[in-house]
Amino acid sequence: MKQFLGFLRKEFLHIFRDPRTMIIIFGIPVVQLMLFGKVISTDIQNAKIAILDQSHDNTTREISSKLLSSGYFVLGQELLPGDNVEDVFRQGKVKMIVTFGPEFEHNLERDGKADVQLLADASDPNTARILTNYASGIINDYVKKEKLQNIQLPDQINVEVRMLYNEGLKSVYMFVPGIMAMILMLISAMMTSISISKEKEMGTMEVLLASPLKPIQIVLGKVTPYLLLSFINALTIILLGVFVFGVPIKGSFLLLMGEAFLFILMALSLGILISTVAPNQMVAMFISLLGLMLPTILLSGFIFPIQNMPLPLRIVSNILPPRWFIVIIRNIMLKGTGIQYIWKETMVLIFMAFTFIALSIKNFKIRLE
Amino acid sequence: MNEKVIEVHNLVKKFGSFVANDHLNFDVYKGEIFGFLGANGAGKTTAMKILCGLSSPTSGEVKVAGFDIYKETEKVKRNIGYMSQKFSLYEDLTIAENIRFFSGIYGISPKDRKAKQEILLKNLDIESAKDSLVGSLPLGWKQKLAFSVAIFHDPKIVFLDEPTGGVDPITRRKFWDLIYEASDRGITVFVTTHYMDEAEYCNRVSIMNEGRIEALDTTENLKKQYVAKNMDEVFLKIARNTE
Amino acid sequence: MKTLFYVLQKEFIQVKRNKVMLRMIIMIPIVQMLVLVFAATYDLKNVNVFLVDQDLSSTSRKLASKIDASPFFTINNTSFNPEDGENEILNNRDDMVLVIPKDFERNLMREDKANLQLLVNAIDGQSAQIGYSYAASVIGGFNKDIIADWKGLPEFKPPYQINTVSRFWYNSELEYKWYMAPGVLALLVTLIGLNLSSTSLVKEKEDGTIEQLNVTPIRKIQFLAGKLIPFIVIALFDLSFGLFLARMVFNLPIVGNLGLVFGFGVLYLVGILGLGLFISTVADTQQQVMFVTFFFMMIFILMSGIFTPVESMPQWAQTIDQINPVYHFMRVLRMVVLKGSHFGDLIHEFVALSILGFTFLTLALKRYRKTA
Repeated sequence: MKQFLGFLRKEFLHIFRDPRTMIIIFGIPVVQLMLFGKVISTDIQNAKIAILDQSHDNTTREISSKLLSSGYFVLGQELLPGDNVEDVFRQGKVKMIVTFGPEFEHNLERDGKADVQLLADASDPNTARILTNYASGIINDYVKKEKLQNIQLPDQINVEVRMLYNEGLKSVYMFVPGIMAMILMLISAMMTSISISKEKEMGTMEVLLASPLKPIQIVLGKVTPYLLLSFINALTIILLGVFVFGVPIKGSFLLLMGEAFLFILMALSLGILISTVAPNQMVAMFISLLGLMLPTILLSGFIFPIQNMPLPLRIVSNILPPRWFIVIIRNIMLKGTGIQYIWKETMVLIFMAFTFIALSIKNFKIRLE
Repeated sequence: MNEKVIEVHNLVKKFGSFVANDHLNFDVYKGEIFGFLGANGAGKTTAMKILCGLSSPTSGEVKVAGFDIYKETEKVKRNIGYMSQKFSLYEDLTIAENIRFFSGIYGISPKDRKAKQEILLKNLDIESAKDSLVGSLPLGWKQKLAFSVAIFHDPKIVFLDEPTGGVDPITRRKFWDLIYEASDRGITVFVTTHYMDEAEYCNRVSIMNEGRIEALDTTENLKKQYVAKNMDEVFLKIARNTE
Repeated sequence: MKTLFYVLQKEFIQVKRNKVMLRMIIMIPIVQMLVLVFAATYDLKNVNVFLVDQDLSSTSRKLASKIDASPFFTINNTSFNPEDGENEILNNRDDMVLVIPKDFERNLMREDKANLQLLVNAIDGQSAQIGYSYAASVIGGFNKDIIADWKGLPEFKPPYQINTVSRFWYNSELEYKWYMAPGVLALLVTLIGLNLSSTSLVKEKEDGTIEQLNVTPIRKIQFLAGKLIPFIVIALFDLSFGLFLARMVFNLPIVGNLGLVFGFGVLYLVGILGLGLFISTVADTQQQVMFVTFFFMMIFILMSGIFTPVESMPQWAQTIDQINPVYHFMRVLRMVVLKGSHFGDLIHEFVALSILGFTFLTLALKRYRKTA
């Protein structure tokens, strides 16, 4: 036991003395949270638009001011009738052009209808769609309130919509679980695999195997520091998410930590498995980065919704552990469910952990022979 | 023949507070085979790298091939050749491609290169391997090749850093034949080694210990001075003296 | 300058002989174009809707079938009880619940208005918004149909009506892949260039050949050029390959001048590879180089607008982005490929990339020492 503790202490020292490991373990999570919490977002606000007003009457002015005071739009450029619309888009100055034809108000009064053209730069189709939706909504609202004075139109279906779990539609709610999955994979799987591969590469692994330490103790010794560090990290991410970004924990905190622990175990066993096949550090790092991190970011539902992906990618997504973990975390934190709703996903993670451990043991045994 | 090609005066090289070269003083004359001996860690490689312009001194005056190592480093490099411990040729290039590359850097014309290449290949008896990847050659061939490439541009001095490491004694002997040939051509050879028997092949040797030169003379004189049968004994006596 | 020729000759031979590298050069564009672009999409494909129909009238059934018929929605399950719906969402089986209350049809006929409730899982805010807007438009269409049916008028005409006509330029089908592809191409070019260049440099250090080079009269700039030019060429080759794939697989239009794309590509790569080289000269070990490069590139790439629009970032982040070469290049790619922008439209990006490129290259040159 004393030998084991001594070994454990050496492992901790390795980690703390290596500045780059410290950066990865503590720096990256914080940077990621900052990026995904404060910087990257899909919320559209202050989009630059241009207004081409060929009437300049009260109505057009009122509509323009309604648009510009909505918080969604900002005037990028005032266009004159002679201006080339193409130029403005090609220069990337505005995302949408609102066009009022000549004699707008006059037409509206006389014929009871008028057209507003919304030209959107659809090179970014998402933004284009959202901006035109916003603009239409504001204009329709204007018509109802100002012109129709809210008279009741017949046979109106009124849709009352409730946005569940994230009324503010804040993108950080979606990202925090994904960040946790990614960071835990990074630390538990990648760092563990690199640490063990390093020993193999430097030849000190054989020294360890020849020592009185049992193989299981060696593995545990390598893995325990990262277990602890991952746990601390998971906690940090959750706390930062809650206190800095206001992400709620509607469900049980204990369950949350329990699932995190399970995921860490799974990731650690994956790290060990990788180290049994990688001959040196570089290869371990490569496998981890390309085989784990990249798919985690792209295919796990972290940023992009899985159900939109084509079938082959959806299938691949199913064998990625983070994909299941993200569902679990979102359920606990944002939907507030208990274990009854996520037992299936939990079972998947347990199964994966067992598989990785079994494979690792098999590989270790082969090597020892 | 008494022209000095290397002049070192009070050379000091420190890494932090560790003194790797402690006030070295020596000269090397044209056409000599000069052995730079010492145990591992004595500071030989450090000093050699300074002479090659790979590393800069902490203090002291150094002139190589008549040029100041501080101010005229690039001119020094035109006039020297170097063979590292790793026999650094490109393993994923063929013999011919390696020669083409390095000779190109020294400004040798393709016509001259082709002529010299033929002579080199014949000399080393590796004509058949001209288009083989260097990585596929046996260690002894790589060693000969690295040396020949190092002197391909007829430099004034060639620096060899532990050139016979990891090679069997017969190959080592044969390698020294090559060194003699180069010396006969007028190239000064500056070689470091920790094999004391190779000291016998040199005109003069210096023995370094813990950053300082403890002895500098011909092997004859040293054996007389230390009453030793061979250079191994000389070295042991010097090492014991400094304890 | 003949030395430069020999240097480039050697570098290209080495690439040719490196089977792993060659495989990467071909495979990575394929994987990125096929996997990344298809994965990173907000095109709504399949929203599972749970129907709570408490009215069970012909109108409610018509509405349900209209929703189910839409390509975006699938009604998998129905029930009488709204709580079942919420349960479905909790169970991650459905993402939307449509509640048609009792007396829906009657209220619509008699009172002239009726309510519907839509519960949307908004964890993914963007998808929720898009899904809701589609649902609203299906329901709106249904509403118009009803009015036409019942009143016998083509359309009830309110006294005032402002029609908003939306026209989508450059991408009328709103194909999200067209937006992602240039972004992924920029990423591709960056990864290939950086990876190959730094691998090559690391190999020379580890094999000791860099020392052999430092002893020769080779000039710093010739050596560094050897670590830049071949990989810029290869990266640009991959850029064209990627463009070709995008065209074949999802019909990416290439509106602008390809020469501009490649010209900016060169400018951009000089900067990025210069940065990579600079990091190599500053770090002690190869692992350090990889980690530092990974760290910076991760930040650069995430902030470049590849997945999310830069305009959605807070102002201070957008300011920092000015020194992010990936951001500028991605903008150029999207603007030239999708909109056909000319050089005159890209002056800002040109200046930014030039300054950045020059700075990084100079830093690398200054830091690289043949004499330690």
